[in-house]
Amino acid sequence: MVSCCAAAALLVTVSCGSETHDSGTEVNSSTEISGQVVVFTAASLTDVFGTMATAFEAEFPGAEVQLNLAGSSTLREQILGGAPAGVFASADERNMEVVGSAGELGSTPAIFARNSLQIAVPASNPGGVTSLADLADPDLFVGICAEGVPCGDFARMVLDASGVEASIDTNEGDVRALLTKIEADELDVGIVYATDVASSAGVAGIKIPREVNVEVRYPIATLAAAPNPGVAEAFVAFVLSPEGQDIIVAGGFGSA
Amino acid sequence: MTSESGRRSIRRHPPAVFIVLGVLGALIFVVPLLGLLKKTPWSDLPELLTSDIVLDALRLSIISSVAATAIALVLGVPLAWLLARVEFPGRRFVRAVVTLPMVLPPVVGGAALLFALGRRGLVGGPIYDVTGFVLPFSIWGVIIANTFVAMPFLVITVEAAFINLDQRFEGAAATLGASRLTVFRRVTLPMIAPSLAGGLVLTWARALGEFGATATFAGNLQGRTQTLPLAVFVSLESDRGAAIAISLVLVVISLVVLIGLRDRWWLR
Repeated sequence: MVSCCAAAALLVTVSCGSETHDSGTEVNSSTEISGQVVVFTAASLTDVFGTMATAFEAEFPGAEVQLNLAGSSTLREQILGGAPAGVFASADERNMEVVGSAGELGSTPAIFARNSLQIAVPASNPGGVTSLADLADPDLFVGICAEGVPCGDFARMVLDASGVEASIDTNEGDVRALLTKIEADELDVGIVYATDVASSAGVAGIKIPREVNVEVRYPIATLAAAPNPGVAEAFVAFVLSPEGQDIIVAGGFGSA
Repeated sequence: MTSESGRRSIRRHPPAVFIVLGVLGALIFVVPLLGLLKKTPWSDLPELLTSDIVLDALRLSIISSVAATAIALVLGVPLAWLLARVEFPGRRFVRAVVTLPMVLPPVVGGAALLFALGRRGLVGGPIYDVTGFVLPFSIWGVIIANTFVAMPFLVITVEAAFINLDQRFEGAAATLGASRLTVFRRVTLPMIAPSLAGGLVLTWARALGEFGATATFAGNLQGRTQTLPLAVFVSLESDRGAAIAISLVLVVISLVVLIGLRDRWWLR
C-alpha cells in the first residue's frame, strides 16, 4: 500500500483505489491509556497537531503528548538515528517510506490529511500574476522550495506537469522561509501549500489547475521502538477518528 | 625553542585536572571533525569537488567573503577609531549595536536586512523606486549579509587595539609636525597591524561560513547567491556525499588560514 500511494503522489492526483485504515477503527477504553507519547510532527502540521494534542489529552486524561516539530526529512534522520519516538506524522510519503524500509515502523502508515499546492503572491500582487505561466517571466522575482524539501519536490512536479520553465530567483530551505519573503513583498510569486495561503494574512492564493496539481498525502504511523506503544496507537487512532479529522479539516487540510 | 628551555626550571607538570578537562574541551572540537572525515566518500572526492555546484559555490564564496572583508576594512577601521577615541553621546549604544550581529541569530539579521534593504524596505524601497536596483537575490545581497555578520569581529578587535595603544607615540609624531592623517598612517596603523590582521582573518573566516543571514536576505540560487554553506545545506537533502565534500573544503580552507595566521599574529 505504501508504494502504491507513493507512486500515486508522483503521478499527480488520480487516486490509487480505496485505502483501508484498519489501525483507526478501534479506540481503547480510556482506563488503559496513560503515559507519555512523543509525536514526531512535520513542521507544516504545527498548529493543527497542537490542537490535536490538547483534544487527545482531554479525551485520555492519563496521557501526555509531546510534539517534536521539524521538517519531515529531519524527523526521518532523527528516527533512523534512534530517537525515542512514539508516532511519526510526515508531510510526505517518501520520508515515511524510508523509515518503513529501515524496519522502524510499528504500524502500517495511514493517510490522515491531504493538501495541495497553490501559487502565492503578495496581497497586492505587484507582479500581476495570474497563472503558473507567469513563473517563467524573468522580470519577476520567483521563489520555490529547494530540491529535496517536500514542498520543493512537489513544486517541481507541478512545473514539469504544466510545462513551465520557471525563471527561479531563489530555492528556499523550507516553506516558511519562502512564505516570509512573499509576505514581505520581496518575491512576486512562489509555490506553497494551500494551507499556508489559508493561514497567512499577507499573501493571496491563485489556484493551480487540478490536472497539474499534486495531491500531497500526510501519512501517520506508530514506531517500532515506541516506549509506550499503547498511547502511540491510541494517538494514531484519535487522529483518524471523526473528532481528529474535524481538527484536520479545521486546519485547512483535506481529510483522509 | 631557546626560550622554552629557559623557562623549564620553573615549570612543573601541569595539574592532572587541567589535562583531563583541557583534553575534554579539545574533544568537543575534534570529535565532530572525525565524524566528518569518517563519512567522507574519499574515492568519489575528486569528482564531487569538481562538480558545477561546488565550483560555482566556491567562486561565490571567495568573491563575497573577500569583498565583505574589504568593506569591513574600509568602513570598520574608521568606525573602531571613532568608538575608541571620540567621546560622543550614545557611544555605548552604538558600540552595542555594532556588536549585536555577533550574538543575534543570523536568520534574524537576514530578516532585518530584508526589511531594511529589500525592494519594499526602509532604505531599499526608495533605492528601488529611483534606480530599479534590487539587493536581495543578487551577489550584492550576499556581500551585504556577509559584511553585516562579519564586520563586528574587525571592529571589536581593532577598537581594542586603539584603546590599548600608547598615545604618546602619536603625540610625539604630532609635535614633530606630522598631520593627523600622516600620524595615523605612519604611526598608529603600524602599531595596530597585528590586531588589524587578526581581525581581518576572523572577519573573513566568519564571512566564509555565513549561512543564516545570506539564506534569509539573499536567497539561494546556484551560480548567483549559493555560497559553500548554502550548497552544503541544499546537498544535505539531495546528495550527502557532495554535502560532506563541500564541508571538507570549508574545513580545509579555514584550517589552513587559521593555522597559518593565528600563530603569526595572535600568539606572539
